[in-house]
Amino acid sequence: MTHQESDFLTTSRQKAFDLDHRRKMNYSLKQSDMAFQKGKLQFPDLNAARNHANRKKWETIENLGIYLQEFESNFLKAGGKIIWAQTAEQALQAILKICKEKGAKSIVKSKSMVTEEIHLNKFLQNNEVEVIETDLGEYIQQLDGEAPYHIVAPSLHKSKEDVARLFHEKLHTDPELQPEELTLVAREVLRKKYQQAEIGITGANFLLADVGGVVVTENEGNARLSTSFPKTHIVITGIEKVLPSINDLQSFLPLLATFGSGQKVTVYNTIFFGPRTAAEVDGPEEMYIILLDNGRTNILANPEVRESLYCIRCGACLNDCPVYKTIGGHAYGSVYSGPIGSVITPHLRGLAGYKHLSFASTLCGKCTEVCPVRINLHELLLINRRKSVEEGNTNSSENAGWFVWKLTSRNRWMLNVTGGNLKNIVIKKLFKKLWGPHREFPVFARQSFNVIWRKKKTIKS
Amino acid sequence: MKVHLFIPCFVDQLFPQTAVNMTRILQKVGCEVFYNHNQTCCGQPAFNAGYWKESRSVCSKFINDFENAEYIVTPSGSCAGFVRNYYRSLYTNDQKITKKLPGNRLYEFTEFLIQILKVDDVGAVLNGVATYHDACGALRECNIKAGPRQLLSRVKGLKLLEMEENEVCCGFGGTFAVKFEAISTSMSEQKVFNALQTGASYLISTDQSCLMHLEGYIRKYRHPLKILHIADVLASGW
Repeated sequence: MTHQESDFLTTSRQKAFDLDHRRKMNYSLKQSDMAFQKGKLQFPDLNAARNHANRKKWETIENLGIYLQEFESNFLKAGGKIIWAQTAEQALQAILKICKEKGAKSIVKSKSMVTEEIHLNKFLQNNEVEVIETDLGEYIQQLDGEAPYHIVAPSLHKSKEDVARLFHEKLHTDPELQPEELTLVAREVLRKKYQQAEIGITGANFLLADVGGVVVTENEGNARLSTSFPKTHIVITGIEKVLPSINDLQSFLPLLATFGSGQKVTVYNTIFFGPRTAAEVDGPEEMYIILLDNGRTNILANPEVRESLYCIRCGACLNDCPVYKTIGGHAYGSVYSGPIGSVITPHLRGLAGYKHLSFASTLCGKCTEVCPVRINLHELLLINRRKSVEEGNTNSSENAGWFVWKLTSRNRWMLNVTGGNLKNIVIKKLFKKLWGPHREFPVFARQSFNVIWRKKKTIKS
Repeated sequence: MKVHLFIPCFVDQLFPQTAVNMTRILQKVGCEVFYNHNQTCCGQPAFNAGYWKESRSVCSKFINDFENAEYIVTPSGSCAGFVRNYYRSLYTNDQKITKKLPGNRLYEFTEFLIQILKVDDVGAVLNGVATYHDACGALRECNIKAGPRQLLSRVKGLKLLEMEENEVCCGFGGTFAVKFEAISTSMSEQKVFNALQTGASYLISTDQSCLMHLEGYIRKYRHPLKILHIADVLASGW
């Protein structure tokens, strides 16, 4: 067993019966669900909207190279700079180089899962550059020294009391502060940081090929502030975020808002078209975009799982996943958690180390049912499982188990060779530990239906 | 109407009475019931575990076992959904087999009663309060939602109360239940709590696999909740 899998088992076991965790997760996810149920009413035909988005993403990903080049050429025309990064390390070095050129000591950053993916904050701090998270949820997580718990709601697992306690510890505020007051505290701290920072870093929700635009959607205005005060704006994003046209936003912005947070449309939606032009009075003097691969082309190269690149990171599959709800985001041991994380992490970080995530699902199919771009998430988990077995990431007892299963399932007489009593004893011996302390074993019937039928040749009504 | 039974492996071994009950009901509503006693399993366990080669071998047997059956009825939405939706991926481009696939001839039991036989009242009587768990296989693989409720509404003496999160998975998931035992039981605990909240004394579903798993938890903690497959309910009182 890999250490990743053993960590997963340990943490998930702790969280599964942590009732305080369960209460907070149930509460937060219930709020998300209520908002979503209301928000989705804005679509007269939700499935048509999802189908349209799916087809648009299919077209884009099948022609990814073409759209990326179109985006690049338009963005360059507007005076922006593009950096292609194949690995996390290349992206980090590129950012560090810019920091050094600008003599930057302080960076403000809006919410971005890609920066989590490359562990940007730690890297920059090791290089003596201060990075401040400006999204409130991410700021809370940064204060607590924790990674985000959820793609969209980073501090989902914390109650308002937890946050008040955290602010009290780290910022010496009154431990009884209410959410509104806590927000004002964060606002005051962050306002100063925006003014000091030499560089602002954002992610991108979409890249628009036809106009060379970068779309950032947010609810707090922190991304706008992060890109208004500093003289340099760096965008870092995965290559799959491109859309063919600015017109596609009419479909994707409402979907992302509704599936992400139950809103009709997110509060602040910004399209950046490059750095400040000669005719403009404000905006950053320089704008860089780092287009990150970091394993995405592994997914692109595999037609069976390619559709996982359609993901718009709305987090809906996490909200509805009973496994995610039970164990929380950190148990996954990967930046992307929940169903989408279990699908893509084995391809981004290696099947050998992360295959267990694809097995840690009941395949209930709720994720597939809810995905706004109709990724067949639970079927992709099945593909990953098959691939894992094909590549030999199994152990001999499991192989033997399935061999015996095949043999008995191919030969009916083997199932009938003993009665229920012996089967009860054998199964208990084999599975006692695996079945765990919270369940009784199912009991084999003395006679199977097969035996009953053979004896009576029929069933009397 | 001639009907062939497919009795899933775990129902055959653990819950034969449910299979007997389903047979009795089908006969009561006028079906001539056949059972190929060579049958075993639909092949889903190995498929879900990633062992597609082993699965295919068992699926091929299933295809042969039911080659000549016009209607196949099974007391499991999970098995029906698997055969219907996933067999194709095991035999891509193998046209000799794909035209023999039994998916469109295989029905989950309640689906068969409602959609094919157009029967929703089999004369069952069961006094008490029940809640219904939407099994994932039935709900999402077969789109079964209203049918079982319609059947239960016709059971004399039975009052059906919906629980919170009735569409949320029970946590069984086949090998998931043993590979990730803690997550699995935590999910069953939450499901059982939701069921108990309604005050129901019966927990009913189309799928005995969910119920088997939930029963393990219920028995361990001696909760006052009895699990019943819908065939067991419909065979009550006559």
